[in-house]
Amino acid sequence: MIHFVLLISRQGKVRLTKWYSAYPQKERTKVIREISGEVLSRGPKLCNFVEWRGLKVVYRRYASLYFCMCINQDDNELEVLEIIHHYVETLDRYFGSVCELDLIFNFHKAYYILDELLLAGELQESSKKTVARLIAGQDALVETAKEEANSISNIIAQASK
Amino acid sequence: MAGSSIMETLFQRTLEDLIKGMRLQLIGESAFISKAMEEIRREIKSTDLHTKSIALQKLTYLNSLHAADMSWAAFHAVECMSSSRFAEKRVGYVAASQSFNESTPVLLLITNQLRKDLTSVNEYEASLALECLAKIGTVDLARDLTPEIFTLLSSSKVFVRKKSIGVTMRLFEKYPDAVRVCFKRLVENLESSDPQSLSATVGVFCELAAKDPPSYLPLAPEFYRILVDSKNNWVLIKVLKIFAKLAPLEPRLAKKVVEPICEHMRRTGAKSLMFECVRTVVGSLSEYESAVKLAVAKIREFLLEDDPNLKYLGLHALSIVPPKHLWAVLENKEVVIKSLSDEDANIKLESLGLVMAMVSESSIVEISRVLVNYALKSDPEFCNEILGSLLSTCSRNFYEIVVDFDWYVSLLGEMSRTPHCQKGEEIESQLIDVGMRVRDARPELVRVARSLLIDPALLGNPFLHRVLSAAAWVSGEYVEFSLNPFELAEALIQPRASLLPNSIRAVYLQSVLKILVFSVNSYLSQTETLADLEPGVQASQMENSEASDLASVRAPIESEHDEAFNPGVLDRPSADISVEDIGTVADGDGQTSKFVSFRKNGFTRESIVNLLNLVEVAMRPLSGSLEVEILERACNILGLIEVLKREMPAQFQSEMVLEKEELEVLELIKLMDDAFSEELGPVSTSAQDRVPIPDGLVLKDNLADLDEIMGDVKLPSSNSFSLESPYYAERMDPASSNVQSKEDSEASNESTSLLAEHRKRHGLYYLPSEGNGTISNDYPPANDLKSGETTNQDDPEDFVRLTAQSLVSKKKPNYAKPRPVVVKLDEGELVLAVPKKQDSRDDLLSGAVRDILLGDDAVKLSSSIKGKEKVNMDPLDSKENMHDMEHSRHRKSSSRRSKQRPHRKERGQTSPEKLGMEKEEHGGKVKSKSSHRHGRQKSRQKAEGSSDVIVQTPVIPDFLL
Repeated sequence: MIHFVLLISRQGKVRLTKWYSAYPQKERTKVIREISGEVLSRGPKLCNFVEWRGLKVVYRRYASLYFCMCINQDDNELEVLEIIHHYVETLDRYFGSVCELDLIFNFHKAYYILDELLLAGELQESSKKTVARLIAGQDALVETAKEEANSISNIIAQASK
Repeated sequence: MAGSSIMETLFQRTLEDLIKGMRLQLIGESAFISKAMEEIRREIKSTDLHTKSIALQKLTYLNSLHAADMSWAAFHAVECMSSSRFAEKRVGYVAASQSFNESTPVLLLITNQLRKDLTSVNEYEASLALECLAKIGTVDLARDLTPEIFTLLSSSKVFVRKKSIGVTMRLFEKYPDAVRVCFKRLVENLESSDPQSLSATVGVFCELAAKDPPSYLPLAPEFYRILVDSKNNWVLIKVLKIFAKLAPLEPRLAKKVVEPICEHMRRTGAKSLMFECVRTVVGSLSEYESAVKLAVAKIREFLLEDDPNLKYLGLHALSIVPPKHLWAVLENKEVVIKSLSDEDANIKLESLGLVMAMVSESSIVEISRVLVNYALKSDPEFCNEILGSLLSTCSRNFYEIVVDFDWYVSLLGEMSRTPHCQKGEEIESQLIDVGMRVRDARPELVRVARSLLIDPALLGNPFLHRVLSAAAWVSGEYVEFSLNPFELAEALIQPRASLLPNSIRAVYLQSVLKILVFSVNSYLSQTETLADLEPGVQASQMENSEASDLASVRAPIESEHDEAFNPGVLDRPSADISVEDIGTVADGDGQTSKFVSFRKNGFTRESIVNLLNLVEVAMRPLSGSLEVEILERACNILGLIEVLKREMPAQFQSEMVLEKEELEVLELIKLMDDAFSEELGPVSTSAQDRVPIPDGLVLKDNLADLDEIMGDVKLPSSNSFSLESPYYAERMDPASSNVQSKEDSEASNESTSLLAEHRKRHGLYYLPSEGNGTISNDYPPANDLKSGETTNQDDPEDFVRLTAQSLVSKKKPNYAKPRPVVVKLDEGELVLAVPKKQDSRDDLLSGAVRDILLGDDAVKLSSSIKGKEKVNMDPLDSKENMHDMEHSRHRKSSSRRSKQRPHRKERGQTSPEKLGMEKEEHGGKVKSKSSHRHGRQKSRQKAEGSSDVIVQTPVIPDFLL
């Protein structure tokens, strides 16, 4: 299973974290520091796997962003690389040629998409189309709610409460 | 209130504002965050859920990326979760799954909210609740929400169903009894037509099977079907993982799956699936020669790819090829060796592991040479990896693969000279270990130690201090093999030795003392023998004193064996001399080897005096050391020197004169030499435990009142050592010290006989020792040495071995020498492999699973695939044992019966003739079956602990085939 997902920029800035195994807050900070140290220091033409605390970190670099997933020793590394790629493609489809800034400003969206892909550290949805459809559905729900909330009448109703 | 609320709503910064602000801030990140946190704390208290949810979203962001604390906001998260608007609800759920843990108090409040959302008609709401439950599910939540999940498992909405399947993993883990409710529906999903549900289900089973494979054997037919039919690589990889766990448990299953797996391997273009196939075959199906051949061919393809990932995985796959297929590694030898110089550290490590796997008795020399050269060239980290794995491989199982210990010892020396070497500790322990275990390696060991000690440059490297410590110990302990003890002593007292840490300095000093005693003893006994010219007397004296010139105590052979002895053991040092070109070696005369002749002539009067003076000068400043260990040892040495100088002025004036009084000095030195020359053997860690505690011996008693009883009794051991104390010696004038020393030697003689007597009386409590143990004054070696050639020289086997050695060494000097004896402790040193205990929760879980599968579910399954079963029944009957057959029949008959007659009472009566065990199991099955029947209505009460009966023998179902 996947223990956690990290997105780290080349400068070492964290762009997204998602924890599927229990790591207390302090531990999380430490893990992020260790992993970014390990991964960022690796050259371009090396393999995408790093052994870490008896687990394995599979990472892949897209432009300036490193996508890292931590898995068990006997999990399939290539499969996880596929999952990473799958995630990136889904993001790409959603944002339309995704870049780091998209993920910075739409942090929560990237998060929701990941939630559709993975659940409890396992791949849930391998179809990009389905994920896109699901996210669009949720977005529609949010939009209608937002429109409601922002309507003048609603503001007036609130003000006169 | 309302006013402030609307102001907040209108002017609240959104998450996007926060992120933008963060990027533009000029006040420093942490200051900005703390300001934002203040804002959030204010906003989150708002009564307006929209404002609250935005504040919570910002907090979640800060927590996720900047590690801001959000545990205080747990209740606000719950509030948002209960919002009726999806956006707010989602923010609440995300915050909860991000920050909640087992100890979050508000968890108790969300059960109802989760239940409501799980049953919601809005599939997105249900999905939020499922995602959250998968992350934060506790025992309570799992228990309370099991019925809802059970319902969702057969939901018509694929989207919800697949997520609820994912959640069952967490459910089972936290609340094993959920298995009894949900397992059947989970299994049904294995036949689902929807690929996502199937994938999720297989994923869950893959995780479950990794924890406890045997429980899932009954599901093998389902997995097999997926393996053959599925075209989905995600699913296939998971199924392969399951079979990798199951196949080793059931040979028939392995036989069945090996062909489809090979088929996938041949057919697939996906590297991930291919790799999984390869791993499954080499890891779990290694008996199938053809499959392994195919897998190794695929590995080879991986290795030849340019992609570093495939290369790494190829090497990794090779490393899990079991030892019996070593040919697979050997076949790819070049690639492996080449990978040692790969730019990727991970690939280098994998290939290093493989190189070490290729090591054998015949190749170790060659491989070590290559690797040490690599180590010289590579970066410090990898260099130490190499050295570390070399050391551990060579020392494995008592140096199993090392034949030529001279070579190994010099390799150790070479390793410690490698520039980046940080394995000092390991080398230290191996140098000492080899010294103690391998008698034949000692001369070479001393030579290596000498070359390490003599090099002043090494003293500056702190990583090597431990090695030097070992070298110092070796040179002191085995000084009799040294070609030039004076040189060793000089090396040990060289000025740069002050760079050493105190503890190691102390080892140095102790070795100086040993060398000193040895040299003086050799000198004295040599003059003594020269004085008594008659050979007969000489022989008798040799026997009496035991410590004699050439063969001293430790050299394995006495003078009778000289012919056999010389070529075998002593040739080597003399050969070394020519290679090493040590200046001070005396000329060899005739047949006696140079070694011996050096011993005879090397200790001249001047050289001894020189040595004494030299050591004295070096020790003087140390006698003021602040470190007690150093202070004490230096003082001991000084004391000894003082006594020696005072006691034998005559000795130093004329060599030939041997007067009565000097015999006492001789005696003293001899005693000390005896003490030092006693063999130190390796001690098993459990040695102490093997000594039985005698009856009536109270070990934990306070010994304070012992002083009264022992007040007037002198402890012999402390007496014999008191001479070394300078204070003691200084206080006395020469005459009285003379008397003292006389007394001493008597006392210790006395103590020897006392000891002998004691031993005779209480022989039971002494460790067994060789025949002459009682005669010598010292304790037997810590444990019974099997190869104590020193003492049982008349052992014919040893003689044969030695002669054989001398014979073959003439033919082929390099390799013909048989592997020297390595002293082993019979059983004590084996590391006890403690079987890993499964934790109780796992037991519960697997118990429940077996319960379901072997109890009622097996019925369903077997009936569903009865067709298959029937075909295979006949060949099975002949092969399988009665036990299995009985089972399959029961299952068949019972499943049939259960269709025909729902109320069967006579089930128990049909098998009265069966064995007790069988019956018991049977009863268990009936019970669980009937409980299952009840379970239709009341699923929660299904499992009244029938597990213990069934679990005893994991039934291997026959429908596997």
